[in-house]
Formats: sequence, C-alpha cells, structure tokens
Amino acid sequence: MSGKNHSHDLPFWRKYIFSVDHKVIGIQYAITGLLFLLFGFSLMMLLRWQLAYPGQPVPFIGHLFNESMMVGGIMLPEFYNQLGAMHGTIMVFLGVVPLAVGGFGNYLVPLQIGAPDMAFPKLNMMSYWVYFLGGVTMIASFFAPGGAAQSGWTSYPPLADIATTGQTMWLIGMIFLITSSLLGSINFIVTIVQLRAEGLSFFRFPFFVWAQFVTSFLLLLAFPPLEAAGVLQLMDRLLHTSFFLPSGLVVSGNVVPVSGGGNPLLWQHLFWFLAHPEVYVLILPAMGIVAEVLACNTRKPIYGYKAMVYSVIFIGFMSFIVWAHHMFLTNMGTKMSAFFQITTMIISIPSVVILTALALSLWGGSIRFNTPMLFAVTFLPMFGIGGLTGLPLGLAAADIHLHDTYYVIGHFHYVVAPGTLFALFAGIYHWFPKVTGRKMWEFLGKLHFWPSLFFINGVFMPMFIMGLAGVSRRLYDPIQYAHAQPVQPLNVFMSICAWGLGLSQIPFVLNFFGSLFFGKKVDANPWEATTLEWSAPSPPPHGNFSIAPQVYRGPYEYSVPGQKHDFWPQAMKEEN
Amino acid sequence: MSSPGLIRYISKPHPVTGVTNSKLGIWCFLASEVMLFGALFSAYILLRTGAPSWPRGSDLLNVPLATLNTIVLITSSVTMVMAWASLALKDFSKYRRYMGFTILLAFTFLVVKGFEYGHKFEHHHFPSTSNFYAIYFALTGLHGLHVIGGIIVNSYLLFPGSALWKTEPEQFMGRVECAGLYWHFVDLVWIFLFPVLYLL
Amino acid sequence: MKYYGWGLPFNASVHGAEIDRLIYVIHIFMAVLFIGWFIFLIMALLRFRARPGHKAAYKLNHFKAPTYAEVGVALFEILLLVGFSFPVVSHVRNDFPPVAKSLEVRIVAEQFAWNIHYAGLDGIFGKTDIKLMGPTNPVGLDPEDPAGKDDIVTVNQLHIPVNKPVIARLSSKDVIHSFSLPVMRVKRDVIPGQVAPIWFEANKTGNFEIACAQLCGLGHYRMRGFFTVDTPEVFQKWLDETAPKPPAPEPPANGSDVRPIPSTESTPTS
Repeated sequence: MSGKNHSHDLPFWRKYIFSVDHKVIGIQYAITGLLFLLFGFSLMMLLRWQLAYPGQPVPFIGHLFNESMMVGGIMLPEFYNQLGAMHGTIMVFLGVVPLAVGGFGNYLVPLQIGAPDMAFPKLNMMSYWVYFLGGVTMIASFFAPGGAAQSGWTSYPPLADIATTGQTMWLIGMIFLITSSLLGSINFIVTIVQLRAEGLSFFRFPFFVWAQFVTSFLLLLAFPPLEAAGVLQLMDRLLHTSFFLPSGLVVSGNVVPVSGGGNPLLWQHLFWFLAHPEVYVLILPAMGIVAEVLACNTRKPIYGYKAMVYSVIFIGFMSFIVWAHHMFLTNMGTKMSAFFQITTMIISIPSVVILTALALSLWGGSIRFNTPMLFAVTFLPMFGIGGLTGLPLGLAAADIHLHDTYYVIGHFHYVVAPGTLFALFAGIYHWFPKVTGRKMWEFLGKLHFWPSLFFINGVFMPMFIMGLAGVSRRLYDPIQYAHAQPVQPLNVFMSICAWGLGLSQIPFVLNFFGSLFFGKKVDANPWEATTLEWSAPSPPPHGNFSIAPQVYRGPYEYSVPGQKHDFWPQAMKEEN
Repeated sequence: MSSPGLIRYISKPHPVTGVTNSKLGIWCFLASEVMLFGALFSAYILLRTGAPSWPRGSDLLNVPLATLNTIVLITSSVTMVMAWASLALKDFSKYRRYMGFTILLAFTFLVVKGFEYGHKFEHHHFPSTSNFYAIYFALTGLHGLHVIGGIIVNSYLLFPGSALWKTEPEQFMGRVECAGLYWHFVDLVWIFLFPVLYLL
Repeated sequence: MKYYGWGLPFNASVHGAEIDRLIYVIHIFMAVLFIGWFIFLIMALLRFRARPGHKAAYKLNHFKAPTYAEVGVALFEILLLVGFSFPVVSHVRNDFPPVAKSLEVRIVAEQFAWNIHYAGLDGIFGKTDIKLMGPTNPVGLDPEDPAGKDDIVTVNQLHIPVNKPVIARLSSKDVIHSFSLPVMRVKRDVIPGQVAPIWFEANKTGNFEIACAQLCGLGHYRMRGFFTVDTPEVFQKWLDETAPKPPAPEPPANGSDVRPIPSTESTPTS
C-alpha cells in the first residue's frame, strides 16, 4: 500500500525506474512518448524525401542504410512501405496516446481529483513497462528479415497475412500495447469514480477529467476486438489458418496451400471497431487540455460546460457505431452504407458542440496570450479544418472519389497534428511549472509556435488538393500516374515544410531541457488557476496533498464578482 | 477522515458506489473480456454464415468429454464461492480446502482438454485443417489460457498470498471475491462455448 | 487535351457530374462554416485581449445563435445525406443497366497488374480455373471450353466504347486491390474471395488511367493501367485486332491423301 513505503526510504531504482508513484510513471510515459514522436516524425521526414525527389539518393545519410533499405542511397519500395506503416503505428500507439493518456492523464488526473495516487499503483507501473516492451518490439521489428511491418498501420490481410516477419513482430507489439492500455484504462476509471475528493461531484470535474474518463471507456471496450483480430492474424501467419484467407488464392503464380474459406473483411471489421474509437482516444484528451488552458487564460468559466460534458459522453457512445465508414467501398449494401453515413453525420454534432463551446469561451474573457494559450487557441481552427474535411469522407458518394487518397491523409493529420499535437504542446507549456517547479521561457515558446504553425499547414493543406486530384495514398513513386504529375510540385513544397517543421522543434527541445535547469522557479500556482493540481506544491510530493482536499465549488470559478482575486480555487474554503 | 497519502476504499466500500476499488476494477476488466470473447464469437458467426458448408460440432468434436468438462467447471465455480463464503465465516482451513478443490478442478479441466487436443492432433486435425478447427482452437485455446490465468491467481491466493488473511482479512476476502468473479466469468464463457462449438 | 490539374480530374462519366456536384456543395458549406467560425475567433481574440482595466465576465447570457447554427448544420447534413449521397450511392450500387445493352468485362487484379477479360464475339465468357493461371494465361482460361476460344484477355488495357454502359466484375487473385478510374469517379475495393460487380458509362472519349487505390505490396505504386474510351467504330476495330486469330485448318486425323483444294497456281506434289 502506498502509505507504507515512504519515498525517501526507497532505493534509486524503485524511486525513479520501477516507481509506483503516478507522477513518476506519468513522466516516464511522457518522455518515452515524446521520444517515439520524434522517431516517428523522423521516419516521415525520410519518407518525404522519396515523395519530393523520387528515385534520388537521400543526401548525407543515404549511405548509412543497408542494402535491404536503400541501394546507393535510393530508397527501395519495401523500405518506403515500412516507413509508412511504422510512422502511423508509432505516432498513434507509441507516441500520441502514451503522451496524452499515459503522460498527461496519469500525472494530472489524481491531482485534479484530489487523490493521493491512482487506485492501483502497481498496476500503473506494469502498464508503463508493458508499453515499453511493446515499443521495443516495434523498433526491433526494423531489424527482422524483410524489415518492419509494411502493410500499412491498418495491416489488411491477405497482404499482411503473407508479409515478412516484421508483421508478426508488429502483431506481438500490438498485443503488448493493447494489454498496457487495458490495464491503464481500468486504473483511470476506478480512480476517477472512487478516489475523488470530498465535495468533488461529477459535474465539478475539470473537463480534462471528463475527457480522460470517457477516453478510458473507449480504450477498455474498443481495444479487445483488435486484440482478438491480432491473435487470429498471428494464427494465420504462424499456424497457417485461413481466418482472413479465402479459397482460391494465387500469389506470384502459386496456389496458396491453405484451407481457405476465410474473409479479409473480418479483419477490417474487427480492426476498425477499435480504430474508430481510437481516433476519439487521440482527440478527447486534447480537448480536455484545451479546455483547461482556455479557462485559465481567459479568466472566465468555460462556456457550456454541461453541454460539453453531455457531448463528450455522447461521442463516447457514438464512436462505437461509426466504424464501417472506413469500409464504404468494400461492396457494402445501401442499407449498411446508409446506417453508417447517418451515424457518422450524427457524431459530428457533439464534436461541433464542444468546439463551439470552447470558441465561445473566449467571448467576454480577458485573454492572456502566453505560449500555452497560443497553442490552445490554434487548436480550434485546426481541429475545425480536420473535422470539416471529414464531411466529404463520411458521405459515401463523395467518398467514392476521395477514398484512400491524400484527402484522407490531410483530414486525419489536421485533427491529430495541428489538432492534438498542438494541444499537447499547450499542455506541456502549461503544466511544466507544476511538474518541474520552473517555468519555460516564453521567447523560445513563441519561436517554437509561429514557425510550427506555418510549416504544419504547409505540410497538410496541399494534401486536400492532391486528394481532389485523385492521387492515391501509400505510393512509393508519386509520378507514375498521369493524374499525379501536375500536383508533384506540391510534394516538393510539402516535404520542405516537413523538414522546416522538424527544425521548428529545436527551440522546443532547447527550451524543455534549458528550463529544467535554468528556468525561473515558481510556486504552487504560477498561472493563478483554480483546479486542484494547483493547490499542491510544484512539484507535488509523494502522496500529493499534505491534507486531503475538500472541494467547495466548480472547476472554473474565475472572475467571480465580489472576490478580490480573479480566481477562486476549488479547494479554498474562504473567499479569495 | 483518512490520513493523507493513503489510498481509500481498498477494503471498505465507497459510500456512493458501494464497492471497493478492486471490485469496480474487476468488473471493468470483465467488461473488456466480454468484448474480447464477443469479438471471437462474432468472427465465428461471420465465418460460419459465409461458408458454403460447415460441419456439425457434434460430428467432429467429443461431446461427452466436453460435457464432463462443463460439469467440472461449474463445480469449480461452486467451490470458489464456498471458498469465499468460508472466509466470510472466518473459517480459514475450510477456505484452503475449497480453494484447493477449485484449483484441482481447473487442472482437471485442462487435462481433459489436453486429451481432446491430443486426439485431434493425432488424427491430423490442426487449426490449419479448416476454418471450423481454426475457430475451435482459437476460442477454446484463448479460454484455456484464461483457465491457466485463473489457476495462477488462485494458487497465489491459496499459498503465498494467503498470508494477508492474518493482517488484512477484509482486504484478503475482497481479493478472493474478485478472483471469484473472474473465475465465474471463465465458467460463463465456457457455458457459451460448449453449445456453440460442440452442439450447434 | 488537359485532363488533370490541381482540382478534380476531367469528368468522362455519366454519374460523375452528380458526385462532383456533391463535392462542390459540401466544400462551399465547409468554407462558409469555417470562415464564419474563424471571423468569430479573430473578433473574440482581438476584442477580449487582456489589457489594463478590462475584466472578464463571469456569467454571460446564453448565446442563442450557436444553437440555431447547430440546428442549421444538422439540417443541412440531413439534406446532403438524403438529397445527394443516398441517391447517388444507391444509383451506383444497384441500378445496373440491362446486360443486353451493356459491355460486360471481367477484371482480375493481381500483384501488380489488371487483367481484363472480354467475352469476345459469342458474348460468352470462357470457363476459368485458378490451376490454369500462368504468365501466358493470366485469367486461367480453360482451353477445352469452346466459349473461351474467342475471349480477349489483355494486361492493363481496358478499352470501352463511349455512350455504352459497362458492367465490370472485379476479382482479385491475391490481396486486396482497389479498382479506380479517376475520370469516371469509379472506385471499388477488389477483395479476394468476392466478385464485385460495378457499372459505369463514359460520355467522353480519351486516353485515361486505371489506378490501384489500396496498398497491395511492393508494386502498388506502379499498378497503372491504360483506360481508353473509343468511339464505337474505333472500339470495334480494336476488338477485331485484339481478338485471338482462328487457328489454321488442321489436316484430317485419318492421314488420307486428301489435300486442301489447290489454288489456280499449280503446286508441285511430292
């Protein structure tokens, strides 16, 4: 039990490596997640060379890659496909979710609900290390014979069934990651329900806690079908079953010697049953972060808090019944197509409600334009573009032209890159003082923000043009098709912007490490915020609060008339 | 008011939800397990309805052995409840006996399953033989792994873990109850598996 | 003629106009929403920036406009669904033209080529068998089947006549591909184990492309086919040129001395 082992008695490896303290685990998740984001980003920067200058040797580093990846510095199709599949996998499962849920969620949820730790600290530690194992497996797969997985992050059979060894390692890695997620989601749900402070009713939760709560249900209930599918694909690959292999397959001129009778669409249904809720896992924590940063930097309550809570719960339910909008072109009948188009249109409504409520929260405020606020405010139009471009994709008739084109890539990247990632940056700048006891440097923060904003739009906006022109995704050579040739200059522009975006992260890295050692020291509540984490010291000690907090009011009591200060902390009994 | 730094509701239930942390946790876990086995059952339905022909389970599989296994598993669920009830009645030696029986019955289930599988392999019926065998092995195999998991947890609660009874009896009883919930779920999955695979 | 640029490709399809119209309408809707929101955002950021003497408002009256806007958006989405998307999807998926009036073609996708199979003059497709598939017989035509003797099989060459509906039955030998004709606004996943019937009708002639729109392996990027829409005369000419030539008449099996009827020029006899 956590009360017994006082943290100053523990040896280094139990205090910082195999710690059961949610704050240490949160930092572990965040650092590991950020490193994987950097790695996944690098894969894409490499991939974008081939797209901008197809068939040309990669300068400076091309000769470092062995013959199975590049010949004379020129990328091979198999390596291009590996970069594509692993970029997606790593960014989604090893980068964004661990940072957003494992990092931010783990660190902040117990603090924001006034709890000493998560309900199951040992389970929490296990979740992290199983995630770490999964990450190691994924990275190691690059060194398997034939390279890493190369059938897209979606791993559609039969292609994935007959792919090289790397695909098996991908499946094993996914099983580790899914297990980690499941254990984590149980912890979050039980902690939020059971360990909230006295006086903290559900409708006094910060919106961030609601977002993490719904996210945890998505992870708990949506991941198992993918785990089942992963087991079935492993059986197809290792035990020669035919879950996803129909009869009569002929590969490279040879009849495939399996029993047959399987269905490739079975994989797609099981995969997308998870992967659609997964995209809400990617966005909900980000919305939570934006709500916190906006409330604090507008000095007024969030507009429409109740509507936002009902909307996020509704999104949670709806996200389970839209999955087949990824499968409109798989010979779907009109009834099924109509059903999924309708549910997809319906799910856009609560998203718009949340976005509108956040935007309306600015009205009547007193807006501080610090770095976290810049990133949080920008999230709104960027997520807006991402969400809006989902509309033509969700309407099956338009999807006939746009399916599997760059339009799709533009759509989801807008939501997750200038969307979620910007929100995560906002969160890092906002909560860095709480975690480290020091503030990040505003100047470098703005130097990070403005170029990133420019370049990230430069990378993804042209994709809509390419998609409308009909250019397919996952093409190793972008100029084989006549319809792709006129838009090739866009590829060059996008790649240059991608490399510029990479360079724009340097101020962030410098700021992060520099501020760790030289940043201005701060006290418990440098932003003058109201939620419970700001009542604990910066950084909070083991056990978080010296006295268990008592909550007296809602999470966003800013600029309350009659108060001396423009913020009234949730756990403060007296007037402020 | 509990002292700060201590996690509450480990042994005592939460006043609003009425459950301890572990009980809520195990129900969440079981919900995810329903989704896991549900996905496999859905795969079974999709494969079977899409197949031009599908054998009758009773023709290919050993129904008497599986019936025996069903009785074994249901009995083990009963002994599991009796183990927990013995703790509620503060009879630790009875608890050990019943928990021991539960583990023994679980092993029996696995041994019978082992005979079943062995017989199939002898006759060259592998997962690769047909989709019927593939989904049969997948479903029963995953179920079997869950039985092994249950054996490990129950053995821990019978041997090293039982030391907790002396220091925190309520918490220990809670752990046995949670293990019991898990074990009932494993039993319940089998009660669905048996008719679907063997009888239909 | 310029078919491709920075927007939607050239439209050569009868049902293409409806799909393009839907795409235009949605994007106008998206632009209106985004510009409206964005103007609001900039206004709010400017008007309510922190400055000395300015305080935030704790409680604001409930804004009615966003609710009306939200309802408007929902209604418009219903209109898009019911008025545009449902009819087009149903039309493309179900309203097959009568077989008698259409050109039927079978398209067998493989890593990394499109095998196009025409029924030939007799209008009957020859039987195929996967065991007969090979480099010279990509669709596995059964040489014993007389109906198959006049079948035309091309690799990556899809020719169709203009203004005539085409029914294409799509199948795959190995992995999931996706048959895409950008100028026709046609796209359908080709899933092994299933035959996917699609139909389309071209109303413009020209030389276009087949693209593969689903990652199918190392050669996915070069799975490019040639899609030609001809006038009926040119199409017929192409059919005649591409059709398999009838074999030379064989000598009779009993080995008698009967020879083919000689031409007027005398041929020396052995």
